[in-house]
Amino acid sequence: MIRAGGLSGPPHATGEASPQNLRVSGISMIRVSLLCCRVALVLGVAVSFAAASPQKAAAPKPPSNDDCLACHSDAGAVRADGRPVAVKPETFAESIHGMGGLACVDCHTDLATLAEFPHAEKLKPAQCGTCHEKAVAAYDSGVHAQARRSGGNLSAAACADCHGSHDIRPSADPGSRTHHARLLDTCGRCHGDEEIIKRGQIGIGNVVDLFKDSIHGKALIKSGLSVAPTCTDCHGSHDIRRKSDPASKVFRTTIPGMCSSCHEGIGREYWESVHGTQVAKGSPLAPVCTNCHTAHEIRRSDVEGWKLEVITECGTCHEHSLETYRDTFHGQVTALGYARVASCADCHGAHNVFPKADPRSMVSDAKRVATCQQCHEGATPSFAEFDPHADPENRERNPTLFYTAQFMKMLLVGVFSFFGLLTVLWLGRSVQLKAAGAWRRPRNDDATEDGE
Amino acid sequence: MNVEVPEGGRLAAHTHYRRFGREERLLHGFLMFSFLGLAFTGLPLLFSHQEWAATLVRFFGGFRSAGIVHRICAVVMITVFVLHLSRIFRRLFGQKDLGILWGPNSMVPQPRDFFEMIAHIRWFVGAGPHPRFDHFTYWEKFDYWAVFWGMGIIGGSGLILWLPETFAHVVPGWVFNIAALVHGEEALLAVVFIFTFHFFTGHLRPEKFPMDSVMFTGRVTLKEMEEERPEEFARLTRTGRIDDLASAAAPRWVYRLGRTAGGIAVVLGLLMVALIVFAILN
Repeated sequence: MIRAGGLSGPPHATGEASPQNLRVSGISMIRVSLLCCRVALVLGVAVSFAAASPQKAAAPKPPSNDDCLACHSDAGAVRADGRPVAVKPETFAESIHGMGGLACVDCHTDLATLAEFPHAEKLKPAQCGTCHEKAVAAYDSGVHAQARRSGGNLSAAACADCHGSHDIRPSADPGSRTHHARLLDTCGRCHGDEEIIKRGQIGIGNVVDLFKDSIHGKALIKSGLSVAPTCTDCHGSHDIRRKSDPASKVFRTTIPGMCSSCHEGIGREYWESVHGTQVAKGSPLAPVCTNCHTAHEIRRSDVEGWKLEVITECGTCHEHSLETYRDTFHGQVTALGYARVASCADCHGAHNVFPKADPRSMVSDAKRVATCQQCHEGATPSFAEFDPHADPENRERNPTLFYTAQFMKMLLVGVFSFFGLLTVLWLGRSVQLKAAGAWRRPRNDDATEDGE
Repeated sequence: MNVEVPEGGRLAAHTHYRRFGREERLLHGFLMFSFLGLAFTGLPLLFSHQEWAATLVRFFGGFRSAGIVHRICAVVMITVFVLHLSRIFRRLFGQKDLGILWGPNSMVPQPRDFFEMIAHIRWFVGAGPHPRFDHFTYWEKFDYWAVFWGMGIIGGSGLILWLPETFAHVVPGWVFNIAALVHGEEALLAVVFIFTFHFFTGHLRPEKFPMDSVMFTGRVTLKEMEEERPEEFARLTRTGRIDDLASAAAPRWVYRLGRTAGGIAVVLGLLMVALIVFAILN
């Protein structure tokens, strides 16, 4: 069973591992990671070549994979503190590193020169960067590495948390943790876990749950669409950065470009629009995709709830327009929760918003009637003189409405004041007389046959 | 109602006096319920930001069916209005009853209404005797004209808003802005006025509480008329017309029906006022 030279101590014939007779450890299970098959193969060859070279002949022959598995293939292998150190030989054999012929010591480099076994419990972490230089460099600049470094948040993901250790498969493999269809679960191990979110102080909260209900999430999970985006499509993989970081893929001004990598047609419309041109000019206020659509909860645009909520979204900047809209039938019906009537985008466009003076605008003089006709089939230029944002307090814009509103206000105040006063006086007198017993109540009750 | 006339005239046998005819009572009934229907389906729009408004609309099965109920009630009310107008024309041109234009049986405001109002206010503050009212009091006339004006304004603007494409051939689109504003403000005025002042003068003031069913039964006791409208009582007695108007008491079912319908209307109306007050305070 035990073929590795230098491994002392009795062989565990029973197959049961115990800390006393099996002191293999130090494998930091969560650090081990190698990524790229090609690099691994090259390295594997290089290491084999080096091991076979005459210069190295003096050094002890590095343990082969079989040597390591002699102990570690035992399913019950644990180290002193009880943590398992078992490696299923077939799992590793099927992994990209196993298939590429990598030796255990290629990652667990400090064991390559070791002669005494069982080896020490504490080993150096596997150095993925030896081969995966670019990926690790990108990771180091990202938010996960930063969290580990500065915040000391050791829950933040490192290579093995996403890729696994001995079972790493290429992302294209459906069995891989980083495969497009499985990635959500991989990220969700932390970003969908309330406990970890709390401990790691992840401000955005449980985004995985939000995402699952989104149009992207449904396309990905329910419809199984390979083109539906998952976490990494927007955030990147190794170099995930905070959205406040200008180098981040989800930095405000980078977002429209990122979204239009799929939503190409909409991207073109957007960049031409008043919003897109403002963002391109560097406006910190003009909206990008996520301002209206949100980041993780993106819904179908024909869903009633979204159509209603996005009105408020437009209103965060176009405050007064929202107020005047709410004064109209359109705005009242949508406020009551029904999206059948016109809301912002129905008249102004969604991505192709232009100022009214621009002939491309849906509310321009040239296009307004056609815009009304979307719902009001018989609309004419006269019909389109209706002001959907009329302001009864604005004498310049709506003079007739202004004076009508003033008159109505006076009428209401006048009538209510006069009759309110009358009622109060009358009530006072009636109550007073009644209390004095001077008022005989002439009720109409006895206007019936048996009331007489 | 066919009542046998005993010796000595009807007055000797009957203790009631007919104030409203069947047609008036029926029209008022339809007016009442179409008004409630319009108020409950229309005001949610005016207070669309309120939770209760959304609840009300859901109760009516969504904004589209609430809109249908609103239009049905509007048609009923417009019909009431048209029937009332045709009745006035009939009386005026058919029966040559010029008394509806001036005099005690006319709704037209007259100098005596102004003086009676002043006297009434003086009486409120204890500065004078109670005015001796005739057939229609000043506040009843105001009630009438408020509703009359309201029907014209709200009905007219409502029709414009109902069929904007059609009306756009006649009026420019900005008229819809005016129509929408006037429709809502007038409606608010009408609703609050009817559900507070009309309810107070008609039903809720201590003299009438909880309800005056004259609008449903059509009759009041002679005793009641003598107290409330002494001028009319004296006039009718003097001319002997009181014999013609004397009648038996209303059948019990009419009384009960009126009481129930009126009670429901008062409760719903007060509820609406409470919701409006709540919304304004919010």
